[in-house]
Amino acid sequence: MADVNRGNRPLSPHLTVYRPQLTSVTSILVRITGNAIVIAALLIVWWFLAASTSAEYFAVADGVLTSWFGDLVMVLSLWGLWYHTLGGVRHLIWDNAVGLDLPTAEKLGWAAIGGSAVLTVLTLLVI
Amino acid sequence: MVQLTLPKNSRIRTGKTWPKPEGGKNLRKFQIYRWNPDDGENPRVDTYFVDMDTCGPMVLDALIKIKNEIDPTLTFRRSCREGICGSCAMNIDGINTLACIYGMDEIKGDVKIYPLPHMPVIKDLIPDLTHFYAQHASIMPWLETKTNRPAKEWRQSIEDRSKLDGLYECVMCASCSTACPSYWWNGDRYLGPAALLHAYRWIIDSRDEATGERLDQLEDPFKLYRCHTIMNCTKTCPKGLNPAKAIAEIKKMMVERTV
Repeated sequence: MADVNRGNRPLSPHLTVYRPQLTSVTSILVRITGNAIVIAALLIVWWFLAASTSAEYFAVADGVLTSWFGDLVMVLSLWGLWYHTLGGVRHLIWDNAVGLDLPTAEKLGWAAIGGSAVLTVLTLLVI
Repeated sequence: MVQLTLPKNSRIRTGKTWPKPEGGKNLRKFQIYRWNPDDGENPRVDTYFVDMDTCGPMVLDALIKIKNEIDPTLTFRRSCREGICGSCAMNIDGINTLACIYGMDEIKGDVKIYPLPHMPVIKDLIPDLTHFYAQHASIMPWLETKTNRPAKEWRQSIEDRSKLDGLYECVMCASCSTACPSYWWNGDRYLGPAALLHAYRWIIDSRDEATGERLDQLEDPFKLYRCHTIMNCTKTCPKGLNPAKAIAEIKKMMVERTV
């Protein structure tokens, strides 16, 4: 097919036409939560740095992190941490080449979603 | 690389709405991706109406009916019409499958049909699979032996033969690879679920004597390890196979041979 111009061929649509699957959504959530908790960790480091800088600066950082918005970010980060942990456990199971049949894989997905919600509530009750 | 949006020449326009068939009582709406390499325009989505009372049950039946009765320029691959040739793989109702064995009763609402995702389009529903086939060839999809050829055939026990079940049935339709986001972003270097399933099929074949070389070849950050167990492949396989499991088995063998 030497006479065919391959240069201007369009790329067929992908993300916009592919229906999200339980397995794909739970997979991308592991990555999103993984990145989000890095940001949460940086916020906590900032809180400690402020504490070691001056009382006034700590009051600012503490004020931001304990405001309603700060609370929201921290609760979501807590969920993210649990979800990412359970997602990691799921990968550990899969690395043994078990639990990869569709019914089990989807059950593990629901377990990560439900389990992270339950563990988040439990953690909030404990602290 | 991850590129979430389509390139400029690939953005989809609203296309033509073709006239409804006369006298049809049980009409169903079809939205089908079109691209003509000869007119220099962007792809578009055309709308067709098919009378379900005079149409077969499968998506391919409707496509053939549209081509025969409404628009002869609609272009797609098809051959066996029974799910064994793998020609009519396309994106139907948001998943990749074979049009010939996907019943329209499984679809709610309008029937939306696109080519296999994230592939260069040759025309309408026909993707360019050159690279996909080259990747398949790269895993050496044949029996590699070193010992002398036996007088008759290469023997295999029933147990060893049964290890190939769930692997040999692959018809290379490319549904799985083109459903895989990792393959979308890194398809140039990541082999994708179809080629890796075939790689595993030869790795665990008891008659094959190149297992080490096969694993060596896959020991690469991209070829194998771009699989992140998203499992779109297994979910979409029209033959009900499990490429995600085959890939996990290869990764496990990689670890086992180093520890």
